[in-house]
Amino acid sequence: MTTPLPTGADARYADDGGSVISTRVDEMVNWLLNWGRSNSIWYLLFGLACCAIELMHTGGPRGDLERFGSAPRPSPRSSDLIIVAGTLTYKMAIRVRRLFDQMSEPRYVISMGSCSNCGGLFQYAYSVCKGVDQIIPVDVYVPGCPPRPEALLEGLLRIQDKIKGEKYLQRRYGVAV
Amino acid sequence: MLPKEVFEALQAEHGPDAVFDLHDDAAKDRDPWFQVAPAALVAVCEKLKTDPRFSIDYLECLTGVDYPAKAQIHVVYHLWSYSLLHRVVLKVALPRDEPKVATLSTVWSVANWHERECFDLLGVHFEGHPDLRRLLLPDDWEGYPLRKDYAEKADYHGIPTTRPNPLDLFQIGKAPAKA
Ligand code: SF4
Repeated sequence: MTTPLPTGADARYADDGGSVISTRVDEMVNWLLNWGRSNSIWYLLFGLACCAIELMHTGGPRGDLERFGSAPRPSPRSSDLIIVAGTLTYKMAIRVRRLFDQMSEPRYVISMGSCSNCGGLFQYAYSVCKGVDQIIPVDVYVPGCPPRPEALLEGLLRIQDKIKGEKYLQRRYGVAV
Repeated sequence: MLPKEVFEALQAEHGPDAVFDLHDDAAKDRDPWFQVAPAALVAVCEKLKTDPRFSIDYLECLTGVDYPAKAQIHVVYHLWSYSLLHRVVLKVALPRDEPKVATLSTVWSVANWHERECFDLLGVHFEGHPDLRRLLLPDDWEGYPLRKDYAEKADYHGIPTTRPNPLDLFQIGKAPAKA
């Protein structure tokens, strides 16, 4: 059994599914936009506790988050992703909400570590918020205490998958093609 | 100086009403301590700081402890002398319904933030403190969470303070209900 020849946006050579690449314009534009977006996910640094050390390690030469085009940003206005890494207190929760509101759409959230997933180790403490999903919508939860850098990379790849599956053109401009 | 000698010297100076109740049992008390009457606290600490026999130059730690059974809140001061290398531990017992004691930030300025923390978590009022605000918790927090009878509120600014157990939420590991 032979694998079917690639067609559409996957066609590369003249004998791939015919010499004419048949595709729909909006699919192609969506694919291009998503390709660009998913390889330039700039993230807002949000290290709150010990998980932040692992986040820095992921950004360092071993994990090297930047090979996926992800650069840390100091400002919510220019970031697409917020990685909440660490123990979130109620005092900080209000600030997280404000920073999230300042990020422009489309925006994504990674909740890194047990603490920001559900309160973790400190969930019986009077001052710790029981999970960042109580205040902002979370796209990817990375479990662990702390998660290894590989786990956070996996989380970033899941965000990329999510972006690649979106119909950005329609969502953004409402174009019916 | 040994804690016992410090205690005796202070008692001779300030009287047995101001300095009392020495606990110096090597088996039980790792840091020997004694009590000071709240009214005499600042005078005793000034003495400890200025007298060359004691020359206590460092307030190591200031802690509050809640004892609901005794209806008291104790404030514990760990003092250390870098020049003479000895430690003194003082406690003041305050009534639980109105814990008030004079501030030590006039003696050792490090007491400023220590006292703010103690006020934040236990509600001890340090009189004469230059800036008695909450240190760690948000300014609009209600109650003093390290008191034993502190009850957590159901929410903070609309953020719920509890989270359902996922095992209960999704009925994991439970036999399906019979129709
Ligand atoms: S999940 Fe663990 S490592 Fe991460 S912030 Fe919480 S306690 Fe620290």
